[in-house]
Amino acid sequence: MELNAISIGFVVFTIFTLGGGVGVVTTRNLFQGTIWLMVSLFGVAGYFVLLSAPFLAAVQILVYIGAIAILITFAVMLTRSVTRVKARYIRLVPSLLASFALFLILLLGIAVPVFGEISPDIAPVTVASTRDLGAALVDENGYVVPFLLASVLLTGAMIGAIFIARDDTA
Amino acid sequence: MVPLWMYLAVAAALFSLGVFGALSRRNAVAVLMSVELMLNAVNINLVAFWRYSETSTDLLLNGYAFTAFVLIVAAAEAAVGLAIIITVYRNRRSVIPEEAAALKG
Repeated sequence: MELNAISIGFVVFTIFTLGGGVGVVTTRNLFQGTIWLMVSLFGVAGYFVLLSAPFLAAVQILVYIGAIAILITFAVMLTRSVTRVKARYIRLVPSLLASFALFLILLLGIAVPVFGEISPDIAPVTVASTRDLGAALVDENGYVVPFLLASVLLTGAMIGAIFIARDDTA
Repeated sequence: MVPLWMYLAVAAALFSLGVFGALSRRNAVAVLMSVELMLNAVNINLVAFWRYSETSTDLLLNGYAFTAFVLIVAAAEAAVGLAIIITVYRNRRSVIPEEAAALKG
């Protein structure tokens, strides 16, 4: 891997993503955990830029950092009185062992071509653009049915969330 | 160009971090944040495989569009999950998943 802008960006975004992830699972104060989550999600958005999917990077910033992280901040504030629980973890050692074993298994799956060769190290030069994605989302031979189902799902989730969280006594 | 296995290794590490958090954290909000980490690891994998795959004209956009739908489902999941956490907190004054055991047999 030669030293150029893409590899430097990869290293920087790796630090963001994994550092933020470590912060999320280790921090005691959940407010700080939300900030770490935003850092990690920003790193993932950077990966999307490196993988020439700028539309997904923009959606990642808007939906994850702009909406989901703010929603989690609200949930942390609404459950404030117990956010400083003394013990952060339960089942610490078994979880640590299980997740580390999973990581080793995944690395083995990456390194050993169990499911066939997976190493095209050179990406194709031509790549689909955001315009192609937009056309495919409303193409009847493309993704128009999942697109419509997604809108139904979002409406259902919004109504369901309001219904579940509604205070009957108020 | 960064080779494909580096993206896969980072995604594996992020997924394992999410699994660790989801299994071990006491606070339900922290569990939900760990689930978001796992979803993001999957998204990295999907976009990386899409970028590095040999593109035929028919299957040009599968990984790209699938990632967009994963984002939509993640947004819905976060909204409903946080609503459930807030309701459990209002009824039980607790955000510890083990204490929401009214349905336990």
